[in-house]
This record gives sequence, C-alpha cells and structure tokens, in this order.
Amino acid sequence: MARIGVFICHCGTNIAGTVDIPTVVEAAQNMPMVVYAVDSKYNCSEPGQAAIRDAILENRLNRVVVAACSPWMHEKTFRKAVASAGLNPYLAEMANIREHNSWVHNDKQAATDKAIEIIKMAVAKVSRHEELFPKALPITKRALVVGGGIAGIQTALDIANAGHPVVLAEREPSIGGRMSQLDKTFPTLDCSSCILTPKMVDVMQHPNIKLMTYTELEQVEGFVGNFKVTLRQKARKVDHAKCTACGLCWQKCPEKVDSEFDLNLGKRTAIYIPFPQAVPPRPVIDTANCRYQKYLDFTAEGREGKAPPKCGICEKICPVGAIDWEETDELITEEFGAIVAATGYKPFEPGGYTELGKGKFADVITGLELERMMSPAGPFNGEVKRPSNGEHPKEVVFITCVGSRDKQRGRTYCSKVCCMYIAKHAIMLKSHDPEVNCYVFNMDVRTVSKDYEEFYEQAQLSGATYIRGKVSKIRQEGDQLIVRGEDTLLGEIIEVPADMVVLAVGMEHSEGAAELAQKLHISYDVNGFFVEAHPKLRPVETRSDGIFLAGACLGPRDIPETVSQGSGAAAKVCGLLSQDFLTTDPLVSVIDKVKCAGCLLCQDICPFSAIDSETLRDGRTVSVVNESICKGCGLCVAACRFGAANLHGFTQEQLLAEVLALWE
Amino acid sequence: MGVEFEPRIVGFLCNWCSYAGADMAGTSRISYPPNLRVIRVPCSGRVDPILIVKSFQMGADGVLVAGCHPGDCHYAEGNYYARRRFAMLRPFLEYLGIEGDRFRVEWVSASEGRKFSEVVSSFTNQLTELGPRATGAAV
Repeated sequence: MARIGVFICHCGTNIAGTVDIPTVVEAAQNMPMVVYAVDSKYNCSEPGQAAIRDAILENRLNRVVVAACSPWMHEKTFRKAVASAGLNPYLAEMANIREHNSWVHNDKQAATDKAIEIIKMAVAKVSRHEELFPKALPITKRALVVGGGIAGIQTALDIANAGHPVVLAEREPSIGGRMSQLDKTFPTLDCSSCILTPKMVDVMQHPNIKLMTYTELEQVEGFVGNFKVTLRQKARKVDHAKCTACGLCWQKCPEKVDSEFDLNLGKRTAIYIPFPQAVPPRPVIDTANCRYQKYLDFTAEGREGKAPPKCGICEKICPVGAIDWEETDELITEEFGAIVAATGYKPFEPGGYTELGKGKFADVITGLELERMMSPAGPFNGEVKRPSNGEHPKEVVFITCVGSRDKQRGRTYCSKVCCMYIAKHAIMLKSHDPEVNCYVFNMDVRTVSKDYEEFYEQAQLSGATYIRGKVSKIRQEGDQLIVRGEDTLLGEIIEVPADMVVLAVGMEHSEGAAELAQKLHISYDVNGFFVEAHPKLRPVETRSDGIFLAGACLGPRDIPETVSQGSGAAAKVCGLLSQDFLTTDPLVSVIDKVKCAGCLLCQDICPFSAIDSETLRDGRTVSVVNESICKGCGLCVAACRFGAANLHGFTQEQLLAEVLALWE
Repeated sequence: MGVEFEPRIVGFLCNWCSYAGADMAGTSRISYPPNLRVIRVPCSGRVDPILIVKSFQMGADGVLVAGCHPGDCHYAEGNYYARRRFAMLRPFLEYLGIEGDRFRVEWVSASEGRKFSEVVSSFTNQLTELGPRATGAAV
C-alpha cells in the first residue's frame, strides 16, 4: 500500500503569491493514499530537504510528491533528498505548480484549483511508481570538440592539459576561426594574430590533441560517455604526411579565385592555405576551381568537345610527390565520452538593407572587411583603401546595428560586439591616418564589460563623432557617398559626405547550425543559436547529457566571454571524463515476454536499434530491450499492439492514472 | 445567468521541447488561460492514442499533444511517428462523434514560451466557442 507524502513549496512568494497554500495542503491531505501533506517556504533549501527526509522516516512514507517548480529545475535535488532517507530515489514525483501555474496565472482561485489538480495527477502517478536502479557503464575517456575557432581551441587545450585525449574537428582547412580574420582586439588593441596563433600552434603540437581539419561531423550515435561519431575527412588531394609546406604549389598554381578568408577582397590559388599562419600549414586543393580536376572530371565523364587545359603544375613541381588526385572523402568513426560544439557564428549579410547600398556602392563595406583591410597580413597589406579608387579615405561613416535590434527584419537581438569593434575601428583609423574623420550613426552605445566604457571614451577622445540616430539612405554624389540620417538629439535630418561607409554588421548563427543541432539532438532557438540547459546555472551544458557548448554558437559574444566558456565547457567535460563509471538513467523501456507476440514492429520503430530478438525455450521469438542503449523515448510503447512494451517512469498505467485523476 | 463554460483540456507535452517551452512561458511570465492540465511524456511519439481517447471518454473538452518541431526531435524521429499516428487518429475521433477541432497537435520548441501561451490561449478560445461536448458520442 502506497503511503504518500506531499510537500508543497511556497517558493517564497513565487508560488504562495498566486496559490492559496493552506487550501492546497488541506486538499492534498484528503487525496487517496496521502498520509502526510505539509508546506514549506523553500523545499529545495537544506531545512526544506531535511523536513522531507524526517517526514519520510517519521511517517513511514514510501512515495513522495514535491509540488514546487519544474522537474527540469529540481527533480535531481528531490530524488537525492528522498534517497537520503533510504527510499529509492525514483519513488519521487514533482508537481509543477510554479512554471506551469503560479507564474502564468493571475487569478488566485483558478491557480489554486489548478495546483490541486496538478498535485492530484502527481499523486495518482506516484502511487504507481516502482523502485528503479541505475546501471554503471564504462566511459570512453576521450572528447570531441567541433569547431576550431578560439572557443574550440580553448576547450581542446584545457581538456588536453587535464590529461584527456581530444579530437578537434574543424571544417575549414585551418583552425583559427573568425578571430584569425581580425586585426586588433578590443579593448586592449592586442594584435589578434599575436595572441591567437601561439594557441593554434599549441593545439597542433599537443600530445593529447588530434587535429582534424577539413573535417565535418557526419553522424552521432550513442549517449553520454559512449558516443560513436562518424567524421567526414573531406578530400584534400594532398597527402599531408608527405607535404612539407614548402609553398611551391600555391606559389605556382595559375588559377586565382576570390579568397573567402579575405572576404573576396583578395585572391588565393586553387591549391591553397587560407592564410599564412594556417594550422596545420598544409594546403588543400579546391576541386571546384582546380583546372586539372576539371580536366579529370571532363575525361572521366567522356564528354564531347574540347577538353579544358590539362594543368597539373602542382603535381609536377611538388618535390615530395604529395599531390594525390585519387584521394576521396573518408569516413572515420571514433568513440568519445563527451562532445563540445563550438561552431561560432557568421557575420550578418547586409544585402537586405537596400537603403545602405551594400553591393551597389563599392565603398560601402562591412566591419569584418575593414578588419581584413587593416590587417598587415591582409589583401591590402594593412593599408585602408577605398575599393572604388584605391585612395585613402578621409571621411568615414559607421552605421551600427545592421542586422541587430531590428524587429522589422525579424532580428531582435543585440549582437553585443559591434559597438566595441566600431570604437576600435575609429581609434585604429585615426592612428593609421590622423587626418581621418569618423562619424558613428548609432542607436545606443553598449559597453558592458570591463574597461569597455573607458575604451568607448578613448574613441570619442580620438575625435570620433557619435551621432544618435538611424540612417535612412545612402546616395552617390561625385566620387563621394552622402549618408542621410536623423540626429535624434538635435531632432534634425542631417547629411554626412563620406569616402567610405562601414556597416557594423551583427552576428548570425553559423552555416549549418540547425543541421548540426539535429545530429547532436540539441535545441536551437528562433535565431538558430544553440540553447543552453539553463541560461544562468548551466550555461555551457545542453539538455542532452554529455554534449556541451562554448562560444558564439550560443549567441553573440566577444572573445573574453568565448574563452571563458571554452574553459567552462572543458571543466564540465573533465568532470565527466574523470569518472570511471557512469550511472545510466533507468527510465528505459521493458518488454513483457509473456505478452510479446513477436511481431518485432518495435525493432523497426526504435530510433536507436536498442531492441534485439530473443528465442525462448518454447520456441517463441520475442523482443528484448538493451537497457544500456535505450534512451527512453517510448516509441515502442505506443507502437506495441499487445501492450507488451512499457516505459519505466512513464508507464501506460501511470499516464492513464494521471488522466483518470482529473475526473475522480 | 449561467456559469460561463470553461473547457477542460488535457495536454501531453514532450519533455525536451514543449514541456520546456511551457516552462519558458513560466519563467518569462507569459500568461495564458488556466484550462490546460499537463501530462509530461518523454516524446510525442510516446503518446498512445488510447491516452487521447481515454481523455475524451472521461470528459475532456479538448486534447493537446505538443512536441519538438519536425526535424528537431530529441530522439531523432519520434515526432514523425506521432504526426502520422495522429493524422490517422483524427478521422477516428470524428467517427466516434468528437469534432476534429477538439484535438490539436502542435510543435513548440524549448525556446518558444510565447508560442506555447498562444497555443493554449487559442485552443482554449476555440473550445469555449465550440461549447460543451455533444451528448451521444461513442465515448
């Protein structure tokens, strides 16, 4: 016989402010099988948990309902509290009367009635709870980090330094990410390469890190502690074991195409390293643009007409014979205990802002394009030049919030870094050429981290003019652009002539973020950024155990925050990998051999191939669940025509009991 | 004056997206009518049609099933099974004498607190307009 205790939380005034607690306690006392019901200011506090412990012992309770917040918040807490009284932790159930009730209703009577019904359902369910026992599984003590920007680099280095092997997978030919495209970094004006490239080299040389560039994540199977990941090593057409990075091939390659790294401001060859400090310093052949590859494709397809020229200069010139035209994509399957997604962002593409004329006027550029211009290793060797005529600009207008904080274009969020990178650009332009005048059209200036406000002041002192207001139109007049906008402080429409206009474009989710999220079974928000397990208390975890996040894949953030998150994610991974065994969630499916008719439909439906066949002594074939693979989705339960499959924690009887409780 | 009709709604919410989306509505304090009673399930694909039929049999005025958006299922494909199963269930409910509008399937992600509140509000309004269930239905 179930002896149920109900513990009703005030959560300060979070629940008690909307729900009449004494009424709820009285109602709970009269529910079937409830032998004890009491309220508490904070059930989750130490005195609150102690009260649960004591009540279990004093009243010989064998089931517990905690009516408080969401199970996402405190289910683990209360399972532990119950276990501390010697009860099986899975004999507790939470009734969510906060997130689903007191926080969303204002009518006290309605919220009180609803709270009582929610508790009634939980009581009905908990009476059918069984004791469950987790199993211990070994852990694969290796981590996979996806994305080789500063977030992934920091994560991989920290995990590796703690002694765990790491694979760092990056889809581009080099690690370094967006940070490697930057010239200087705010608010200290450190040269980006000077602080990043040593870390990139550390990654390459670290004995615990296996670097896999030009590699994409193909498939993820398994679960925390035991992931099986298939990675696609894209064909490089260059044997990296033989290559010595002498550079002859990319110096001699005749095919010049726009450089993605330089945002099409410069050229690269078809066999290339993206930038001089690339790690690994090994080239790949861009087969879409390679002349010899085009020739090979032409002859292989046996097409009619004139064949493209047979190039192959790289192969002829390579002193070590590293060019390998036969190389194809390779699928590599490896096992990991934990995965960190650190896939970063891409800059907002401002083409939709037609009034700003990006694409129409050559002298309208983005902030990142200006970075490439300013970079001494960039396409212009550090000289800032007007794309239209190659002259040094003297009048430069900046426009903030392009693709940020703009409801009309469905982009509500602040990209966080733009205000600061404009301040940096204004300071840097002035130091490049003291005759430059900078004007910044802005909505607000946001300077929310250490030394940022002072840095903004430095930009103003350097002579930058901040104009509060938005730009409505840019037009060409002679060889200048006229920027027309509103100065909301003066209440006037103003026009500023400019040699160059810099759009402070915001941050957008990286290419393929949704597809990656689906492979990892993690959530992403309406803007395509990944969702953390809790925005405050679990900022680098996901709701999928063993999968962690770091950096701008979570949303716009700057380098200091990204690096902190990389270290944070690494700490979480190390915490996981330093255990010898992992306890599995016992909320898995079970199949009743007596009821199973052996149709095996469940095996087709199971997304994880967790159901095997077993032949019984009487010759019947039945399904059995492999508990260490089962993830507890319950698809087999809904599919089973014979009621043989059931799911611990969400059994048919428990769910039906919840429905019936509403009409008792 | 009669008491205004308040529909009783049973909602099966998947743990990973829609239950968390309902939590998000709570943490964001986005209010909605108090007519829904939530049953947490691991996946919309776990929702056996018998649970829905039973809810109607007991007297529910409406049943809501909410899960992850297609493609975003925590278990990869559970919501696809749910979608097909419920497409089949609807005509069966109508055959039993339960208007198809009384049964709703929605996709609400963990970050869509506002959408969750909108779903509950619009379903509650719709059911209020439909009025109490007709007598004489098979369940």
